[in-house]
Amino acid sequence: MSRNVGIASRLKRNKITEVVASGKRMDGRDLLDYREVKVETGVLEKVEGSAEAYLGKTRVLVGVKFGKGFPFEDTPDKGVLMTNAEFTPIAHATFEPGPPDERSIELARVVDRGLRSAEILDMKKLCLVKGKSVIMVHVDIYVLSYDGNLIDCSALAAIAALKTAKMPVYTVKDEVAKLTKKTKAVKLQKEPLAVSIVKIGDSLLVDPSVDEEEVMDARITVTLDEKGNVCTIQKTGSVGFTRDELKTAVQIAAEKTEELRKNI
Amino acid sequence: MSAKFENRDLVIPGDVLFEGRIRTGDNTFRSNGNVSASRIGLVNYNRGMVSVISLEAGFNPLSGDLVIGEVIDIDLGRWLVDIGTSENAYLNVQDAIDAPFRSDIVMPEILDVGETIIAKIVDMDRRRTPILSILGPGLGKVKEGFIFRITPSKIPRLIGKKGSMVNMILKATGCNVVIGQNGRILIQGRNRENEMIVVKVIEKIEREAHISGLTTRVQEYLKELKEEIK
Amino acid sequence: MSKKSKRTKKRYDGRKPDELRPLKIESGVLPHADGSAYIEMGRNKILVGVFGPREMHPKRFSKPNMATLRCRYHMAPFSVDPRRSPAPSRRDNEISMVMRYALEPAVFLERYPRSVIDVYAEILEADGGTRTACINAASVALVDAGIPVRDLVASCAAGKIDGQLVLDLGDYEDKEGDADVPLAYMPKTEQVTLLQMDGILSQEDFNGCVDMAIEGCKQVYEVQREALKKKYGLEEAEAN
Repeated sequence: MSRNVGIASRLKRNKITEVVASGKRMDGRDLLDYREVKVETGVLEKVEGSAEAYLGKTRVLVGVKFGKGFPFEDTPDKGVLMTNAEFTPIAHATFEPGPPDERSIELARVVDRGLRSAEILDMKKLCLVKGKSVIMVHVDIYVLSYDGNLIDCSALAAIAALKTAKMPVYTVKDEVAKLTKKTKAVKLQKEPLAVSIVKIGDSLLVDPSVDEEEVMDARITVTLDEKGNVCTIQKTGSVGFTRDELKTAVQIAAEKTEELRKNI
Repeated sequence: MSAKFENRDLVIPGDVLFEGRIRTGDNTFRSNGNVSASRIGLVNYNRGMVSVISLEAGFNPLSGDLVIGEVIDIDLGRWLVDIGTSENAYLNVQDAIDAPFRSDIVMPEILDVGETIIAKIVDMDRRRTPILSILGPGLGKVKEGFIFRITPSKIPRLIGKKGSMVNMILKATGCNVVIGQNGRILIQGRNRENEMIVVKVIEKIEREAHISGLTTRVQEYLKELKEEIK
Repeated sequence: MSKKSKRTKKRYDGRKPDELRPLKIESGVLPHADGSAYIEMGRNKILVGVFGPREMHPKRFSKPNMATLRCRYHMAPFSVDPRRSPAPSRRDNEISMVMRYALEPAVFLERYPRSVIDVYAEILEADGGTRTACINAASVALVDAGIPVRDLVASCAAGKIDGQLVLDLGDYEDKEGDADVPLAYMPKTEQVTLLQMDGILSQEDFNGCVDMAIEGCKQVYEVQREALKKKYGLEEAEAN
């Protein structure tokens, strides 16, 4: 889905490395500053839950839809959560239309693992008829503008959308589940949020811009719930993190999730 | 025979600018005996000619233009350079090194993929692909600084009459600024604060290019920003 | 027939027969696209991004003496109820082509040989008449991108339901009505660039629909103009 971005401009890499080493970013932020965060819920009408999140110019729209379906064979008494991400071609000049590529699949999976590990919902409560029908939860992540840090933005929008969603209510009679006209508010058990930390040279930064992601050496995304428990970790990039850097990263992530939480 | 708008009115593509015969300039076209706008911009009636100063347009390469580009590929005897045109430009070896061709030339050692150059468009080939040269004063590989991009149609406003606007910025910030006609600007400053002032001022010029009185506003803005960093 | 329709009936949403749904258009909304527009037409919510002219890959598909206009109509899974798969359907492909037919006559394609102009429409929420809404937004996005055009392209559909001709069909009217006639129009050049029809109509009613749709397009055109001008007006207000 993305054109071969090719080698990053040397000038860009040199300049960003130089500026970051002095403790600042190209847009004037400090290393641990987030860009302007904005979250709006209830932005779509044909869904059961929705939210749009902005981190600076990065913009992600999440739609939550519920349906009825078959449970997985190995969990006949649990509802099904499915997370899907789309890198729309309007989001960036290098995004091409087509089936999900490894980057959009990675985004969907990292957000999904955050929701799953934290156990945002008691999936057993989504069971209608054991082995036959359960409630399916579809979380669709739609990237509308890519300016860096899609994971944090998507996780934020996903939680905001789920938190404000209305679940359908079914009645079960003779092993058949029927949809009623009632809905009930979703109550999340946990609210996991993701913070991505990027390493450039020896510096660690949060909320990378698109240029910073282009020149970064490595990235680690840490997802924590509101109690500060670590739910998911994802590390990418060809360079490693030292043990101390990892400790620092988790500390930073814990602080920053609390800041992000104020928006939902 | 008549102008249908006032000078500097905002016009939309399709708007009839002039009924009858008149010389046509940029961003206009003839149709049904009239002249219409083909891009959004400010209409300009001047010396028997009607044109539109476009507010949004990609870069239209012309021979002689100074441009800033990035090498994206290496071919036999030439580099492929991205200068933001609908087709990438070519830089041939003989326009990059002032020496006769030798078979042991290793092209990536002269210019590698990912490097930035200041070049001049010296020609357009039969298929209107721009041909570049980096031989000449002020041209060549860029080793320091960073690139900032704006809409190419706003570049004249950034330069100003005889360079008045850009010189004002240079004097106030002490930064070196090279302006590519393709909307790419190279900024090299002594410190970050001054570099950021240059970026903010350029952003303001891009936003307000179409509003008169810009020079005064930029002057005041520069003063404000310089005060802040004291 | 036409005498009967003088007694106008209220539509499913209370509109008069020749009334458009609430329409809102904004230009220049996507920071990374060369040109963009957002449209709300009734409950339709659509974002269009334009990229180009740029190099076309693979090169062998490019045209030697003109640019290729490539349109893509794509619906988000949550744009309809029940949820649909994000994979493109045959209908999506047909509408992508229809968008191209509507927009091509307006664009000066010969100025950019061998390149491509990509127009991507993302349907965030659908409620009948998405193809007309896409064309309206795409036309604004092309101008926002600085691509030279002869004219804007405005689009609107007319049809017949409950014995009367109606303008700008909503989802319900699309499904329950006798016919759907989407049309695209270049207002200054006065040319129809797209005309389709589904359903069954007498010749008189068909002509009536075409006339009605053209009038609808003229109304849409005013909103498109405002959207383009507004972007510069706001800057003017802030500067002074």
